Amino acid sequence: MQVKLDNLAVARGGVTVLRGLDLVLHTGQALILRGPNGSGKTTLLRTLAGLQPAAAGSFDLAPDAVAYAAHADGLKPTLTVAENLRFWASIHGTPDIDPALDALDLATLQHRPAGQLSAGQKRRLGLARLLVTGRPVWLLDEPTVSLDAASVALFAGVVRRHLAGGGIAVIATHVDLGLPEAEVLDLAPYRARISVSNGFDEAFA
Amino acid sequence: MKALLFRDLRLAMRAGGGFGLGLAFFFLLSVLVPLGVGPEGSTLGRIAPGILWVGALLACLLSLDRIFALDFEDGSLEFLATAPIPLEAVVAVKAFAHWLVTGLPLTLIAPGLAVFLNLPPAGYLWLVLSLALGTPALSVIGTFGAALVVGLRRGGLLLSLLVLPLYVPTLILGAEAVRRGAEGMAPATPLALVAAISLGAVALLPYAAAAALRVNLR
Repeated sequence: MQVKLDNLAVARGGVTVLRGLDLVLHTGQALILRGPNGSGKTTLLRTLAGLQPAAAGSFDLAPDAVAYAAHADGLKPTLTVAENLRFWASIHGTPDIDPALDALDLATLQHRPAGQLSAGQKRRLGLARLLVTGRPVWLLDEPTVSLDAASVALFAGVVRRHLAGGGIAVIATHVDLGLPEAEVLDLAPYRARISVSNGFDEAFA
Repeated sequence: MKALLFRDLRLAMRAGGGFGLGLAFFFLLSVLVPLGVGPEGSTLGRIAPGILWVGALLACLLSLDRIFALDFEDGSLEFLATAPIPLEAVVAVKAFAHWLVTGLPLTLIAPGLAVFLNLPPAGYLWLVLSLALGTPALSVIGTFGAALVVGLRRGGLLLSLLVLPLYVPTLILGAEAVRRGAEGMAPATPLALVAAISLGAVALLPYAAAAALRVNLR
């Protein structure tokens, strides 16, 4: 299992934001994306998740290997924690949600409607969805937003177990996750200069 | 896919899910029209097929913008797009769920409400039959419209403008089938055409709606 980016360029709203990304990730590796707001972290993750096409170049990653976690958690406030998670589990054909509930310390909350959870608890439930997808490549966009220090540590443990089990993770984050073994990729050198004649303006023709 | 259907039905039944909105609208319309038109039975009986069909159509329209908007706002739509079920199936399941919570109940209560409108007795069977055959088209066409405007804030107005012209053939033929039935003529031709619209819409529009969703999710 590997993820390969080959001279990849990604665009948001028709404007190329990142270009020339070349890298290979192997089983068990984590990559942390860093860069200021607007540098294209989310756009890169969405492109890898198959939600939008690459502006140029290519990447080698099967769409059915990807579990994507966005800023939004995809929770239904009127369903309980267990119902929310069970829905995603059955969509992905995972029979059991208990390991995911336990891994993110949600077992005691499982009968509460998701609408009554605190922001951090919602986030944990959103992250528990990754576990029930059973997919090897995690694309995480700011996974630790509104998590407290203990929950960040809990989540780092979950990511580490995922990597040890043969997974791959690409994480866009500003905080220190406590994953010293993860590679850090600063996106600043790949930033595409914003200019009209950048070669990709055929989209506007 | 079954999980998605059950989730949508469960969400519709829970607080704020919107089940009953269309039904309540249909009920109010059918109760208020006789009061507005006056007590003359023959006038009411003549306009009853049209009023009932327009009511069903507008009741359907009321809940369309929720089909994808809520899933888009909370991010579930992106996760569904990356899930193992094809987006076409997601669209088809959501249209079916919409029909189960609007079209089917509307069809079932229509005969009761037709009493208020003094529909001639011969028309009841054809009313139920034409709604049963026509409301699937309303749900599927509406789901396609909802996929086109997903991501737009307050897309409801645009959605109505897009969808209403597509509803017109179903409305004309559906109401015509009831009118013919009520007047003792053979309603088979308009009924067959309504069924044809529904079948065509069910077969083709999920692909169009899925393509629209993919573009809107970029």
